[in-house]
Amino acid sequence: MEVGQMQRQWVDYTKSLFLEGFLDGQFLQLQQLQDESNPDFVVEVVYLFFEDSEKLLNDLTRALHSMLFWLATFECFMKVCCFWGFRFLCIFFPPSYRDQPSVDFKKVDAHVHQFKGSSSSIGASRVRNACIAFRNFCEEQNIEGCLGCLQQVKQEYYLVKNKLETLFRLEQQIVAAGGSIPMTELSF
Amino acid sequence: MEDEVLKSGVASGRVQKMTALIVDDNRVNQTIHHRLLQNLGIENQVVGNGKEAIDVHCSGKNFDLILMDLDMPVMNGIEATRKLRAMGIQSTIAGVSSRSLTDNIQEFIEAGLDDFQEKPLTIAKLVSILRKVQNHNN
Repeated sequence: MEVGQMQRQWVDYTKSLFLEGFLDGQFLQLQQLQDESNPDFVVEVVYLFFEDSEKLLNDLTRALHSMLFWLATFECFMKVCCFWGFRFLCIFFPPSYRDQPSVDFKKVDAHVHQFKGSSSSIGASRVRNACIAFRNFCEEQNIEGCLGCLQQVKQEYYLVKNKLETLFRLEQQIVAAGGSIPMTELSF
Repeated sequence: MEDEVLKSGVASGRVQKMTALIVDDNRVNQTIHHRLLQNLGIENQVVGNGKEAIDVHCSGKNFDLILMDLDMPVMNGIEATRKLRAMGIQSTIAGVSSRSLTDNIQEFIEAGLDDFQEKPLTIAKLVSILRKVQNHNN
């Protein structure tokens, strides 16, 4: 593919990321901070975001893991009981196991707040919006809402990660072919 | 355009070279704020929480501007701002948080902020903060 074609592909792909809501104006702010003295600034910040996000998602999964494990095993047991018609067997479930494990919503909220902050700073608007919904459920101490939001945040994060990695690959191809990234052609 | 005027002012010596301290526990924000300030010719240092901000001042350093995050481990922005003011630090302290003004950040402002900007920090928001620093210094 010739350089001009690659550059047009880059422009179209970048515009699509904004139109589909994956990125917002904050990403353009990052691009404005990139120059000859800091030619890899955007890539460096975004990869820092990826590193921190993986850790935050692990922390969130761990913080909610005890609840996930409880739900998975208790619901499985309920299904078995219902299938065999032995619902009364549930009363023999150990009381300590019947009680839902407590979730430290404050800890979960702190992690989500961090995630919201960094996603907002790089312009990953769909991840940020998923974090906002997540925080609302933390405030309500709604465990099912939190678990649903965790999945949503993960989904949005992996989507934008994939999109940004594709964008950076396109940039690498343009530079390798001797071209430059056509930032000025991004008009919204 | 305002940032270009400020940059050329610093470069030509018409605007006194400013110094800044970034107080934030988030690595992404630290990197962006550092670059934002560097881009405007402002020497800056980064610390990871309020206690480190206090320690840096206790070591004898002083800054024209402190960009203070709110939610941080060890010591948050409210406590750090209060302590810095109690120590007699008269630098411009701008609170920078992803919480909005509607999220009850009154306590943060009353701790001694000169300005508050909602994250994410942009060039325009930073220029607005720097105008306050210039007015304060004049």
